[in-house]
Amino acid sequence: MNVLATPPKNFEVKPKLDAKGEELGELLEVSMGPHHPSTHGVFRMDVVLDGEKVVKLKPVFGYLHRNHEKIGENISYLANMPYTDRLDYFCSMTNNWAYALTIEKLAGLAVPERAEHIRVIMAELTRLQNHTCLIGFFVQDMGALGTPMMYAFREREKILDLFEEVSGARMMCNYMRFGGVRVDVNDEWIARTKKVVADYSKFLDEFGTFLTENEIVLARTQFVGVLPKDLAVSASITGPMLRAAGVNYDLRKVDKYGIYSRFNFQVPVGEHGDIYDRYMIRVLEMRESIKILEQALRDIPAGSVMDPKAKLRGFRPKAGEVYGRVEGPKGELGFYVISDGSPNPYRYRVRPPSFINLTILEDICLGHNISDAVVILGSVDIVLGEVDR
Amino acid sequence: METLEQIKARLEAALPSAKIEIVANECAAGERSLLVDAASGFAVAKFLRDDAQLKLDYCSNVTGVDWPDKELTEKIKVKQVVDGVEKEVEEVKKTLRPGFLEVVYHLYSMGLKHGPVVLRMRTENRADKTHLPSLTPLWRGAEFQEREVYDLYGVIFDGHPDLRRILMWDEFVGFPMRRDYVAPDDFEYEPTPHDEVLVEAKKHYPAEPKAEVKP
Repeated sequence: MNVLATPPKNFEVKPKLDAKGEELGELLEVSMGPHHPSTHGVFRMDVVLDGEKVVKLKPVFGYLHRNHEKIGENISYLANMPYTDRLDYFCSMTNNWAYALTIEKLAGLAVPERAEHIRVIMAELTRLQNHTCLIGFFVQDMGALGTPMMYAFREREKILDLFEEVSGARMMCNYMRFGGVRVDVNDEWIARTKKVVADYSKFLDEFGTFLTENEIVLARTQFVGVLPKDLAVSASITGPMLRAAGVNYDLRKVDKYGIYSRFNFQVPVGEHGDIYDRYMIRVLEMRESIKILEQALRDIPAGSVMDPKAKLRGFRPKAGEVYGRVEGPKGELGFYVISDGSPNPYRYRVRPPSFINLTILEDICLGHNISDAVVILGSVDIVLGEVDR
Repeated sequence: METLEQIKARLEAALPSAKIEIVANECAAGERSLLVDAASGFAVAKFLRDDAQLKLDYCSNVTGVDWPDKELTEKIKVKQVVDGVEKEVEEVKKTLRPGFLEVVYHLYSMGLKHGPVVLRMRTENRADKTHLPSLTPLWRGAEFQEREVYDLYGVIFDGHPDLRRILMWDEFVGFPMRRDYVAPDDFEYEPTPHDEVLVEAKKHYPAEPKAEVKP
């Protein structure tokens, strides 16, 4: 089959007219991506520019599409666990958790106390490293090449070392199982995690002094890419982007999945919905994550990490359907599974937060410069493994 | 939040023409859902969004599901006269359930923090009558997800502002998430074909020129 690259069909590029109806100049149509360094992967934006101003922007997806859902329907429930790592490859731990939580809801499995604590620790460590990296990337989008990102990656590597020690892999962890987690952690690991968590606030202070009141950051981010509150709700935006727009909706508080109801933490909420708020929300969320981590590491009980009733091989849940969701670092990550009683799911669907958060990309980019569109895209926080699936 | 029965009763009072059913869910923790006919789907969704008690302002997830034709077998006891004596005989009755495509919406409320209400709509068949009303005018968040359902399942959403393929390319033929989709055999792309792949690949090779036969 011969595949030709063609422009999207609904494009109309018309020259701009002045008051008398005479042509002023031509609009410029630019295809940004899929190999543009600022698109965070193989993502394409078809942009129409008037000078430097964006007058139309259509996101184009699918360069990393591998039909993850079809793969999931053709293999057993357990065999799909490593595939979920590859969705949002920055946050494999939360992906694992969301999938395990859904199947546990479907089959009615309980999770032991110790495993619940380990899950919370892993999820919050994931949130820390995801937000840190994101801030590194998005400062790079504003032109601070190299150094801030290396600072962020240095801290991320400390957390990935912890993941590697328990699961054997830095990023593709494949760590959770239905009814618990794959391997237990030891006391030495907990002690090291406590140290990393204790040092993290210091790093955030340091990072914050460079960025939070930086003149360039303020000029480039304040009142840029404003997302109004009602549009955010209507467009199903979730995660830090929604909360930056001023909506207090965090699944850790709303659904109280796992054992989140036991921890003392707050949900930061923004005011303006601009890029600066999205940045600030992430910084504050990291501070809250550190609080949760300190409590979880303090309270972690001894015991087994797997439900003894859970059966991994030959696992056949009863017929039925279920929708499970968790608060991932990028937003609401959901899994919808229909079981027909056979060893593999009848329907397996992923609700990808960063894909749905891109719905309003055009709305918040219109009228801004093309250089701002790059920063706005950075503040949405997308990972193409999840967008394209 | 109200139970599904209460919601159904209020919906039927507000929209008398709507045909609403509650679909059971055998799994304990899962939610039952409301099955709505395509003609009144939009009105029902609008009611759910705007109702003061429900306020389902957040459409979290839109999913397509393919249900191909299925033979349902049912055992019925029939009275038959065998050798002059009346007996009960079990007979297997076979019925064909025609296939359809289904779209499932998971609705939550961000303001009142409750949910989900699961809304489903079904198309008439899988071949030519695959139209359903688009709920994108109600929830903007359905825009890309409905495009994805169109792309992968072939459900045509009437009233969608920009219904194009989203993950597959525009020239792609077929709907890859359907149960009966067969992937094309791209064997000519195999760099070093061998064994059964070679047999398949040879079908794509140009015919060998025939040797000239001399008289």
